[in-house]
Amino acid sequence: MTVTLEKPRRATKVDPIPWWLKLVGLAVALYFVLPTLFVIPMSFSTATTFQFPPRGFSLRLYQNFFTNPVWLDALRNSVLIALLAALLATVVGTAAAIGLHNLTGRLARFARTLLMVSIVTPAIVLAVAVYISFLQWRLVGTLGGYVLAHAAIGVPFVLISVTGALGGFDPKLLRASASLGAPPLRAFLTVTMPLISRGIVTGAVFAFVTSFDEVVIALFLRSPALQTLPVQMYNSVTVEIDPTIAASSSVVVTAVTTICLVLQFVGGRRRNR
Amino acid sequence: MPTLISHTEPTAPARTGTQIRLAGVTKDYGLAAPAVDDVSLTIEPGEFMTLLGPSGSGKTTTLNLIAGFETLTAGSIAFDGTDVSNLPPHKRNLGMLFQNYALFPHLTVAQNVAYPLRERKLAKPEIARKVAEVLELVQLTGRDNHHPAQLSGGQQQRVALARAIVFGPNALLLDEPLGALDRNLRGTLQAEIHRIHREVGTTFVFVTHDQEEAMNLSDRIALFNNGRIEQVGTPEDLYQRPETLFTATFLGDSNVFDASPAPDGTFAWEDNIWTVDRSTVSARAAAGDHVALVVRPEDVRLEGAVPADANAVTATIRDIEYMGAYRTAVLALGHDGVAGRARLDALAADFRPGQAVTAWWPVARQHIVATL
Ligand SMILES: Nc1ncnc2c1ncn2[C@@H]1O[C@H](COP(=O)(O)OP(=O)(O)O)[C@@H](O)[C@H]1O
Ligand SMILES: [Mg+2]
Repeated sequence: MTVTLEKPRRATKVDPIPWWLKLVGLAVALYFVLPTLFVIPMSFSTATTFQFPPRGFSLRLYQNFFTNPVWLDALRNSVLIALLAALLATVVGTAAAIGLHNLTGRLARFARTLLMVSIVTPAIVLAVAVYISFLQWRLVGTLGGYVLAHAAIGVPFVLISVTGALGGFDPKLLRASASLGAPPLRAFLTVTMPLISRGIVTGAVFAFVTSFDEVVIALFLRSPALQTLPVQMYNSVTVEIDPTIAASSSVVVTAVTTICLVLQFVGGRRRNR
Repeated sequence: MPTLISHTEPTAPARTGTQIRLAGVTKDYGLAAPAVDDVSLTIEPGEFMTLLGPSGSGKTTTLNLIAGFETLTAGSIAFDGTDVSNLPPHKRNLGMLFQNYALFPHLTVAQNVAYPLRERKLAKPEIARKVAEVLELVQLTGRDNHHPAQLSGGQQQRVALARAIVFGPNALLLDEPLGALDRNLRGTLQAEIHRIHREVGTTFVFVTHDQEEAMNLSDRIALFNNGRIEQVGTPEDLYQRPETLFTATFLGDSNVFDASPAPDGTFAWEDNIWTVDRSTVSARAAAGDHVALVVRPEDVRLEGAVPADANAVTATIRDIEYMGAYRTAVLALGHDGVAGRARLDALAADFRPGQAVTAWWPVARQHIVATL
């Protein structure tokens, strides 16, 4: 819509945010972000041990990260596991959200709570439970084991975001599409899915990130042949004292931040269409 | 938008719709009473049938049963003699119009209208042609690429109408489609729906609680009350020949005299013995003991000598309401002052509140109706 405003802009502006509120906001933002940003200058250090402030400038740590097969394998494993876990969590979580959305009553509330339990359970408790059962099922150290365990902790995030998206979804649309000749699956693909896509994508990203930076369960499931990036980072500090972790952390932080920003941008544009 | 309809008058309306037969249709949600209770109704091909009734009387539930959105507790539904009771909604080939339009917000006008054609896997050029045709029919040409949110309520309902008829449905089901619109727009869209029914010629099943809307549009009306059909007939049937007290009071105003039939077949009210013409006794009144005499305000006279074939009762004028084209006298009837109304036409004498009058009406204009 193009409307030319004759009045000065300031006249239409109501309730500007007070300066002190901006200040508080900035302080809180820095408090959250600064520790993460510390690793970026460190990753360009020339030192062979951890030092802050970093000394000198070099890409040695990055070179190490991108050439050492141990780090590269760990990165590849993490990405693969996170992708598969996010896919599984998204399918299960979306189906659960839609199923529960149409149900009311005690059973539905119980099922919803049950699906959310992994969010409030201490990670170590979950990890031990997963370890014991996976030992029995011979899943420890396997790709399937990582994917199943990580998908389970990703489901609540998908459930929450898709349930939120369904709140604004008019179920009459499904009746309309049925009356127009669409069988239930077609109705889901052509009507429900496009309209709750934002919730699905948000949930998928959360599930991906949750798996990608999960360390406790991964520590239990690791095998010499298959371990994830967070576990390799943990090893590099506790066993090897290898500053390459600074470079790997920077890569991860940058990648995850970029994904989130791109999604935000794409989502924002779609809303403004 | 042009207000004049430029279409050439259609030659005799093509009655191409489907016959819809409901037999003993019942829907019980497990509440105190079934939402729809043993409804039997045959809607003829091409007919404009209105399901009329107060809120909660089971109209929407009946429509949803026809559409297949709800399952029957008992009874059966047949289209052109074929039982469809267990057919899922997407196989019933029915157009549906909802009160809140139910347009797909992520699709454009053209995409919305093309939706049922895509589901039927029509070729692209044919889809484009049909979409253009139907958008012209509902006078929305040129808005193909708008999104529903960019249209007014009236325009959205036109898109919904186009989408519901573009695939040549067996019938069109409309659930209070004008309920969300303001009064002026309602009138326009009413005329539009009437015109499209004539041009498309398919069966329409229209749900409303608005008696005026029902009278204006319908070939026949099925009047619902508490999940049951009270009476089915043309608007004139229901207005001129009500079977029950509910019908007589739901459509238009009525003066009501609770009458108890005496053993000799006469009806008494206070100290009046009504003269009754057998032709004005409804079948249901004749069959039962609980009856009332009703007479429309426009049939009640307050002046002149009472003729032989008339019933009369003493009355006091409570108030005169000025309605523009006519006036209405608000009456207290008989000893107990039962509330009543009489319509005074332009030439009637000047009556004043407090005045004592004799209210009378020709016997042929009254109705003996069942109260249960
Ligand atoms: N899904 C449902 N579950 C339980 N009761 C319902 C449901 N739908 C309708 N009812 C009840 O059935 C009755 C008829 O409702 P409805 O068909 O919507 O009436 P109308 O359309 O005439 O206003 C009402 O008492 C309503 O509360
Ligand atoms: Mg209704």
